Parts: sequence; structure tokens; C-alpha cells
Amino acid sequence: MTTQADSVAAAAPRASAWPIVWRWLFVTVVFVLCLWVLFPIYLLIVNSLSTPEQVNAWPKEFVPGFFLDTLAFFWNFEGVASAMFNSVIAALITMVLAIGFGAPAGYALARFRFRGKTAYRLMVLMTRAFPMPLLALPLAVIFLQVGLDDTLLGVALVHTALALPFAVLITFSLFMGIPFELEEAAWTLGCTRWQAFRKVVFPLAAPGMAASAVFAFVISWNEVFVAAILTVNNQTLTAFLVQSLNESPVHVKFAGGLVLVIPALIFIFAVRKYLFSMWGIANR
Amino acid sequence: MKHDEWLPYLLLAPSALFLLIFFVFPSIDVFLLAFQNSAGEWSWGNFQLMGDDFNFGPAIRNTLLLALAVVPLQIGMALAMAMAISKLNRGRDMILYIWTIPLGISDLAAGIIWLAILEQYGFLNTFMFNLGIISQPEGWLSYQHPLTLFFAVVIAELWRATAIVLVILVAGIGLIPKEYAEAGEIFGANAWKRFYKITLPLLRPSLQTALILRTLLAFEVFAVVLVLGGLDLPVLMGETFRWQFEYREAGVASAYAVLILVISIVFTLFYLWALRVPEEAQG
Repeated sequence: MTTQADSVAAAAPRASAWPIVWRWLFVTVVFVLCLWVLFPIYLLIVNSLSTPEQVNAWPKEFVPGFFLDTLAFFWNFEGVASAMFNSVIAALITMVLAIGFGAPAGYALARFRFRGKTAYRLMVLMTRAFPMPLLALPLAVIFLQVGLDDTLLGVALVHTALALPFAVLITFSLFMGIPFELEEAAWTLGCTRWQAFRKVVFPLAAPGMAASAVFAFVISWNEVFVAAILTVNNQTLTAFLVQSLNESPVHVKFAGGLVLVIPALIFIFAVRKYLFSMWGIANR
Repeated sequence: MKHDEWLPYLLLAPSALFLLIFFVFPSIDVFLLAFQNSAGEWSWGNFQLMGDDFNFGPAIRNTLLLALAVVPLQIGMALAMAMAISKLNRGRDMILYIWTIPLGISDLAAGIIWLAILEQYGFLNTFMFNLGIISQPEGWLSYQHPLTLFFAVVIAELWRATAIVLVILVAGIGLIPKEYAEAGEIFGANAWKRFYKITLPLLRPSLQTALILRTLLAFEVFAVVLVLGGLDLPVLMGETFRWQFEYREAGVASAYAVLILVISIVFTLFYLWALRVPEEAQG
């Protein structure tokens, strides 16, 4: 036992203070926490890849039957296909608006000193302390007056209000990370401000901007309350699932859950590097 | 470069205008809707309707109890996970990715995931049946078991929203210079003491951010409760939805919105005061 501990200590000097028991306990806890996150998702996949009969069976199997019946049933369930299409459209509009409005603001905050900067930043930070989905209530009234009620544009506009503060903060930290000297060098070489941005800054910022665009997409794709309040006939997927919660069979819910989860998993993997730059800056 | 003076304003204008129209104005509008009747006269009518509803008391109680149960557990869990992350060498990125997966998952999807486990014919009952603990499927989420329903929501919320606290805390720990802990080690502080006397105090701004954000989000709990409990566990956001969408009473829904807003502001101010960073320690 002692020789084993010694050899571990020799291999990893940092861990030398840790008795071997504690090391194993630590590894076990980390592993259990990984299971805690992953296993529920696995069980949802099991349900979605079984037949409706298996989903409603008792007792259940813990391995999937590898049937696509449930997903096929879900796809053919009335309203699902159009709801998925609507979700994608709303999320795409949100993405374009959030980046289109947010990135210039992020650039201005990172590169200029000007009067009113603090007031603007305060407004962006205020959105954090405000239960934003509630904005759907007054906006539902206004949308009714201007003919935006029950439209995807209406939903996307409110989702943009949710996503815009994030887009501003992410792009701000992004542009802060690109040395100003590079831009200045481009100017001295005869570039206009716009050319310098397009040829020097933008290529460097592009991956991060793509990440914040993806983030805006996910915010809209996942949002439930606003979508459920603002749409009646043009439902997004989340609105559809909420509004038909009592009528739809359980296997439709599970398939819907999986369809909601899959893109989110891929997107979070794609933007994982930028999660921290966002919250790191939010602490200051 | 003279024209540079108006350039920042030009760049800010679209987003500022957007936030003005879709954030500042509507947030004032909520109050107008809540404090006016359908004829546009000032009135407490909406609040009276809200207060007289039999779900009002339970909704407030459940929302506050949920926040009280979930938020401290999440802070504790995320703190432990963040410390574990800082101890990891190999596999750090992988573990961090796995632990932050729920960040991308919709609250609706999280509710559905836990429904699959906790429903009457779900995986938990199957597991307990196989072990011989129960002899028939138990309806943990039914109105006959309000306590297990409450715990089900707590577990689903813990699973879904601990990741955001983790991200904030990991980012915060990254900002703490390593030298402090090293100095503590040299002076003979053990791991627990270093955590308690060095890391935790320096992490205060991040803890404050995380606490405020998570508490506000806990007051907005909606889809998870709707999927797992439906009307058997009324919460404020669910009642807001019901009055707006089912009863078509925008005034009462707005009264609920004002209530959620006021509770959120009170708690934000409380945290800002309770966890204020001393002047001399501000960087």
C-alpha cells in the first residue's frame, strides 16, 4: 500500500499531499457528477428510440429498442413539423438581429471613450436584473395594435431583447481581445476605418462572433414563456409542446424533448470556449 | 479625426433604440397595464382579482420555497464542482464540457427529461420495482404526493441550472491570482483553510453575481413546473401564463408580473447589500 502511494507521489508531485484514498474519492465524485448530468439525457434518448408501446410499458427497459417509431409518430403528429420550422425561423431572425445590433455596440464599447457610455452599459446590465420574459405581456398588447400578434417576427423581436445584452457583452470582450495596434497599423498603411475593420479585425473576431450568433440562436430555440404567450396558430416548437401538454401522448413529449435537446448539445459544444469570456466580463 | 466623434453613437444607436423600444418602454408599460382597468382608469382591481384567486397564496409560497431550497444547494454544489475543476489537470476541458451541458438545455426539455424518469411508469419506479422497494408504480408527481412533486421540481432545477452558477464561479476562480493560495500554503494553511480564508472571500463578487442571477431565475421557474406538476404545483410565472393565455386577463397577468418584478428587485438589493464588496477591496 505504501509503495503504491509512494509511486503515485513520485509520478505526480502536486498530488503528494493527498492520500490515495482521497484521490480515489475525488475521482469517484467527479465521475458520479458526470453521470448525474449525462444519465438523464441517456434515459430520454432511450424513450425516444423505443416504440410508443415500450414507452408506455411497465416495467421499463433501460436500453433503447432502436426503433424510430416514436420519432416518426412525433414528426407526423399534427402541428409538429410546422412548429419545428417556425422555431428555426424565429431563432434565425433572432440570431441576425442580435448580432446585427449587438456587434456594432460591442465594437463601440471596446474602441471608443465617449459620453453616455456608462449609461448605455447600465441599461445593458439592467436587463440582467429584470425578468425579461415578462416583457411579452405588454408587448402582446402592442403587437395586437400594430399587427404583429401571432407572428414569428413578434416572437423573434422579444427573443432579440433577451439575446441582445449577451451579444453586446460577448462581442465587447471579443473586440477588447484584439489589439488596437493592429487596426492602427492598417490605417497607417492607407486603409480606411471600414477597410481596416473588414480586413484586419473581422477575420480575427469571426469565430467569436459566430459563437455569439449561435448563442442567440439557442436562446430563442429554448425559450418557452414568451413563445407560448405570443403565438396561437404560428407556434414555435416550445410553444406547441407547452400548449398541447395536456392533450399530447407521453411519447410525443419525449420525442419533442429530444428534438429540443439535440441542437442545444451541438451548439453548446461549438461555443464552449466563449462561455467564460462572457461571464468573466459580467463579473466586473 | 473629427468624424470619429459621432461614430460610436452611430454604432450604438440601433441596439440602444432597440432596447428602448423592447425593454425600457414595455417595462414601464407593465405597470400601466397592472394598475389600470380595461377602461384605462387607475385601479387596484387587477391586484384584487389576483389576491382573491385561490392559487395566489400557494403560488407565492411555492415560488419562494423553491428558490429557498434550490439556490443554496446550487451554490454549494457549483462551488464544490468549481473547486474540483481547479484541481483537475487531465480531462479538465472534457469534464467542464459535460458539466455545462445543461446550460444549453431548455427548461421545457429539462422538465421532459425528468418526467421520463419520475412519471408513474418511468425509470425511477422501474428501478425501485426491480430492487423490490415498491410493488406497483407510484405516482410521485400526482397531487396526492405534493411533497415528492416539490422535490421532483427541486431535483430537475438542480440538474438544469447548476451549470450557470458553475460557469460564473469557474470564471471567478480564474481571476484569483495563484500567488495568494501559494502564500497561504507557505504559511502553513491547510487546503480547507486556504479555501475558507482565501478563495471564498476573493470569490465574493462572483458569488454575488451568481446568487442574484440564480435567485431571479428561480422566481421565473415555469416550464419545469408545468411539465412535472401542471396545476398541482402553482408558481407565480405559471399563474401569469394562465391568466394571460387561458383567462385572457392581461391586467391580472401584468399584476403578477409586477409582483415578480418587485420580489426580484427586493432580493437583488438585499444581495447587493448583504454581499457588498468593501470599498478598499475593490480593484
